[in-house]
Amino acid sequence: MTSRSSQAGNPSLELLMRGVWRDNPVFVMVLGMCPVLAVSNSVINALAMGLATLFVLVASGALISMVRHLIPKQVRIATFIVIIATFVTVVDYTIQAISLDLYNALGAFIQLIVVNCIILGQAESFASQNKLLPSIINGLGMGSGFTIALVCIGAVRELLGNGSLLGFDLLGPQFQPWVIMILPPGGFFVLGGWLLLFAWLRERKGEVRIISGGCGGH
Amino acid sequence: MNKPSSGPATNPKTVTSTSSFKLLLALTLTGMFSGLLVVMVYQYTKPLVEQNKREAIEKAIFKVIPGATRQRNFLLSVQGLLPAEQKGATGEAIYAGYDDKGQLRGVAIEAAAQGYQDTVRILYGYRASCSCITGIKVLKMAETPGLGDRIASDPAFQKNFIALDASLNTDQQQLAHNIVTVKHGSKTHPWQIDAISGATISSKAVGRMLNLRSQAILPLLNRFIDVLRKGIKP
Repeated sequence: MTSRSSQAGNPSLELLMRGVWRDNPVFVMVLGMCPVLAVSNSVINALAMGLATLFVLVASGALISMVRHLIPKQVRIATFIVIIATFVTVVDYTIQAISLDLYNALGAFIQLIVVNCIILGQAESFASQNKLLPSIINGLGMGSGFTIALVCIGAVRELLGNGSLLGFDLLGPQFQPWVIMILPPGGFFVLGGWLLLFAWLRERKGEVRIISGGCGGH
Repeated sequence: MNKPSSGPATNPKTVTSTSSFKLLLALTLTGMFSGLLVVMVYQYTKPLVEQNKREAIEKAIFKVIPGATRQRNFLLSVQGLLPAEQKGATGEAIYAGYDDKGQLRGVAIEAAAQGYQDTVRILYGYRASCSCITGIKVLKMAETPGLGDRIASDPAFQKNFIALDASLNTDQQQLAHNIVTVKHGSKTHPWQIDAISGATISSKAVGRMLNLRSQAILPLLNRFIDVLRKGIKP
């Protein structure tokens, strides 16, 4: 809804809102489902995963945009993957340095950001064809959209599955947690619920958009 | 990918040779830059990560040994109990916890057993003066969230380990009673663990690992416990 009003105005803002709202990687493009379903069982995990992805998106997007004229077309995918893997390793060490509990909770999904198709997709379709600033803004938008989506799912799952939000007990001791919500099936239920809500919102606005299928591979 | 190579077709030989060099150069430079960045970040975060790991194990030790504020690592074997930093010392790692005055508060021992999905590793505290287990802390597990993973957080389950009896029999060779996990609500003896209802397999894994590990290590530990009692300088 914000994107519509800003469409005529600031192009940077429009670009930012595209990732957050119109082309939200999770709720609209349905990309990167593996980490979305796996680590959204609590708000803190979802937030950390989202921020890690945001950092990798922005940093790799910026670097790829800067060197886009120097990279021969034939080796661009290999180069992008090396650059993305570098920033993922940086994030991996940083999270270990910040909190080991968080690192253990996120498990292998930090390393697996390398194969998150949002990042390679953004590198290939946007950063390698645009200037530095738009690439950074696009990365920020996509990363924020991904983070917001993960936190939305994580909040519902943690509230229903554990009766808490961000570790604070909200629903009191008499609340019987819906354990299924923090188990893998809960991820599908909540994601389905959110997709339904967004589809309904779009339909109400009379805006018909073709939802692209998620990419496989991980 | 096919487009650029099909473009300049006038002199394919030169095009291929220049572009292979360029490809190599691009990949080499990217690799070098990446390597440099990763090494720099690794160097910077290494001490922080190590400190975190040390703090995590210390926190676990202080949790399972109530009253402990300092710890020292030892290696236990049939030869005796040697400080871990001593050269040539071998054996099972145990952690002795001391209070501010340098008095021995207890010993922390690692134990592991197969849980519901993967190996569950815990650290547990043992106090020789009461011959009892004084606390457990789960170090690593992959139990079902919301069910089995309550072995780490469930307050009623944790109450089992405030003073779980682990006394040795008269010849000091094994435990007087096996530590066993019993059905929820049927604990009658101090050496029994009241299982979490709905997480029997995980609860039983805790009981099994405590029993096996204590049977193996406590008779040996009690033989050499005086080494630890000497304490450390405050």
